[in-house]
Amino acid sequence: MAGAAMRTTNVAVLSMLLASVAFVVASRRSNAPWARSFGSFLKLGAFVVGIRMVIDIIFGIRVGDTLLFTLPSIELPSWAAGVTIGGPVTAEMVAKSFREGFRLAVLLACFGALNSLSSPYRMLRALPAVLYEAGVAVTMAVAFAPEAIAASTRLREARRLRGRVASGPKALRGIAVPLLEDALDRSLLLAASMDVRGYGRQGDLPPARRRMASGALLAGLMAAAVGTYGVLDASAPRYLVLPAIAVAVVLLGLALVWKGARSARTRYRPDRFLGPEWLVAASGAVALGAMLVAGRNDAAALSPSVVPLMWPTVPTLALVAAVAAFIPGVAAPEQPSIEPERSASHPVPDDVTVVDA
Amino acid sequence: MIRFDDATFTYADTVAPTLRSVDLAIPEGSFALVVGETGAGKSTLLQMVNGLAPRFTGGTLQGRVAVAGRSTADHPPRELADVVGYVGQSPSAGFVADTVEHELAFVMENLGVAPDAMRRRVEDVLDLLGLHEIRNRPLGTLSGGQQQRVAIGSVLAASPGVLVLDEPTSALDPAAAEDVLAALSRLVHDLGVTVLAAEHRLERVVHLADLALLVGADGGVVTGEPGPVLGGSLLAPPVIRLGVANQWTPLPLSVRDARRRAGDASSGRAALRDRLKAAGPSVGRRPRRTAGDVVATVRSVGAGYGPITALKGIDLDLRAGEITALMGRNGSGKSTLLSLLVGLRSPQRGEILVRGHRPSDDPRAVKLVPQDAGTLLFESTVEAECASGDHDAGAPAGTTSEWLDRLVPGVSRGAHPRDLSEGQRLALALAVVLVDDPDVLLLDEPTRGLDHLAKVRLIAALDELAAEGRAIVIATHDVEVVAEVADRAIVLAAGEVVADGSAREVVCQSPVFAPQVAKILSPAEWLTVDEVVAALAVVEQVGRP
Repeated sequence: MAGAAMRTTNVAVLSMLLASVAFVVASRRSNAPWARSFGSFLKLGAFVVGIRMVIDIIFGIRVGDTLLFTLPSIELPSWAAGVTIGGPVTAEMVAKSFREGFRLAVLLACFGALNSLSSPYRMLRALPAVLYEAGVAVTMAVAFAPEAIAASTRLREARRLRGRVASGPKALRGIAVPLLEDALDRSLLLAASMDVRGYGRQGDLPPARRRMASGALLAGLMAAAVGTYGVLDASAPRYLVLPAIAVAVVLLGLALVWKGARSARTRYRPDRFLGPEWLVAASGAVALGAMLVAGRNDAAALSPSVVPLMWPTVPTLALVAAVAAFIPGVAAPEQPSIEPERSASHPVPDDVTVVDA
Repeated sequence: MIRFDDATFTYADTVAPTLRSVDLAIPEGSFALVVGETGAGKSTLLQMVNGLAPRFTGGTLQGRVAVAGRSTADHPPRELADVVGYVGQSPSAGFVADTVEHELAFVMENLGVAPDAMRRRVEDVLDLLGLHEIRNRPLGTLSGGQQQRVAIGSVLAASPGVLVLDEPTSALDPAAAEDVLAALSRLVHDLGVTVLAAEHRLERVVHLADLALLVGADGGVVTGEPGPVLGGSLLAPPVIRLGVANQWTPLPLSVRDARRRAGDASSGRAALRDRLKAAGPSVGRRPRRTAGDVVATVRSVGAGYGPITALKGIDLDLRAGEITALMGRNGSGKSTLLSLLVGLRSPQRGEILVRGHRPSDDPRAVKLVPQDAGTLLFESTVEAECASGDHDAGAPAGTTSEWLDRLVPGVSRGAHPRDLSEGQRLALALAVVLVDDPDVLLLDEPTRGLDHLAKVRLIAALDELAAEGRAIVIATHDVEVVAEVADRAIVLAAGEVVADGSAREVVCQSPVFAPQVAKILSPAEWLTVDEVVAALAVVEQVGRP
């Protein structure tokens, strides 16, 4: 989905994709704590659109000639030639910057959907054993965000208790420093707790084999990153994509065989991949594929021109993509609902770190 | 099961060793309690058992530490996961998975337990610790007692022979602590697990212990039966101190033992209970402070979070010079009430007035020291903290520093607030709020993490502050502190006031909130060992010809 969104700046297509994502989230999210993040991601998206437009209007390159209004412009010294501040604002500029901002916003919405539909831990469990350790690190990083938000609320309240106004660079320092200290402390505690519970036991793998597996894993991940970039960015050189992905697959496979085969780790009640799950995965692939093909056949429709300004049209294949993106909303299995107990849905903390719900 | 042979531990940046030549042998299936002042090295001792110290903490270990015959020198903590389960001070910081069930399975996944065995074992642990009702709940939504039990379960799933626990009940309300302790005692008695635990709230655990390890300030460790080891220590819980005061041998460890002794006439003396009865109703008892004018009024106040009602219809008057204890289980609305009083939140219904103003209009009249006092401190040295305290309050330079010296003399001005002891940090936080000279002082769980000496200091300070005519409210689970200092007790349950009256009556009549002395001597209403000792002295003087 995110991949599909990256390939277009067509507002109509983007809106359809966004609608699909929102539908899937609305119909399939559980009431677990991580499921409430979609709204925040949407807000973040709107914020991004706004910022993007303001910056473009002030600093953007002048295109088109449908004049809307003129901002006072500032003459810059000669070394900053090429950078303009203020000046005439055209409808084309606004449309262009809105479209690019909107693309980012839809991308954020896709990540928000991912976040609210699946707990990071469940995704970690779906990874093959060889990626497990890298995966745990990622999970920890994801889990850090809500912790940091709670901690900063606590710190802001503490400042109010001291009778201080929470603003300005000094306030920022007052919050950022303890926040980082807190994060470091927590990560040490977490590392200790994981170690104590046997995380990272090496089993009986010979060291040479282990090093080879780790090397292959690292190189494979890098190749995979290059390949993914190629898929997402239409301007990346074509010839890079397929070889990069092929190399990634081979290296990751090797790492899997070398390391995973002897891994002493087992999985508790693994998530089973049944019909509905395959359908969800397939619909995602169809969405991306449809957009890729549409981009090749009809590039102009996906990136409609701004000069002259015109109303975007919807290519058929893009429609297919949006409909495909819609499918998981119906096909995906219901998430187990968590009983809406008092403490479950609205934990009331027993200290002063009270966030207005 | 656990052996320390001449083990000495020194942290990297210190000269003197934290623990010196420790020799220990803890037999299988025993419950050993680690006791000591804050900073004496209790946590270090616990972390040495599975090698977290020095592998995670830094420092050097001389001598040998071994568990089940495996030395920590050759086995990192992860290779000891199948013999030692370690639960640190804040269990929620160590959670890895999303739900209870998967958290329990984490250690077995790492150990490579076969899936069907793992499935069975998870069910066993859920039953053992009473977690089956919350098996699918996300970890972030659990209460403190549940989190603690899940953390114990998450190491227990590997069926280790040794369980190491750092302050398992310190943060819990009395009822949640009971749940955790009941689970622990089942593990010791039914499964023969060896437990090594450190705990400040000795009165909660001492009756479970077979062994006590007293960590001294010099780094030496005294080992033995809990009664004799603790009898001579200031850290002893009331039940043991009462035994010492009455020269009972052997010293009682549980309320049940002590009640029996209090009813026995022995060695030519009448039973303790009868002698106290002879002393009359008011002899020796701590008088209730005379309360002054009403400084704060709370009128039919309600508040909530979303659909949840946290407080409903609260009516209270706070009077000058009175110390009020706010009690109740976690989530009963104590902290919400404090944040309303201090003006962090506004009530949804009703009104709160302090000296005739809303708290948010006159923020200097009410001050709150939150649970983690350290969050009030922003600067990097004590000196800078004092200066910013003066600056914020517009007070003459040096006022905060004077307050700090009054509360705890001799705090190093160059130290980072994080490096202070718990007691010193609390004193510094108190100093920065007292600069504003508030009429109402609120403290949320002030005794958490405080050792005996720091508690004595805090109690003396609260006494002085009340004598100056401040209204003081402490929200606390620590019934022994309530017994020592409070005049009035308010019990909240589900957002409502269920009891409000003299602290003596309220706590003595409740089986949950009664201090140990009250439990031993009920139905007579005695709160502390000092009261009993004072009354006995009077009785003996009168009895003498």
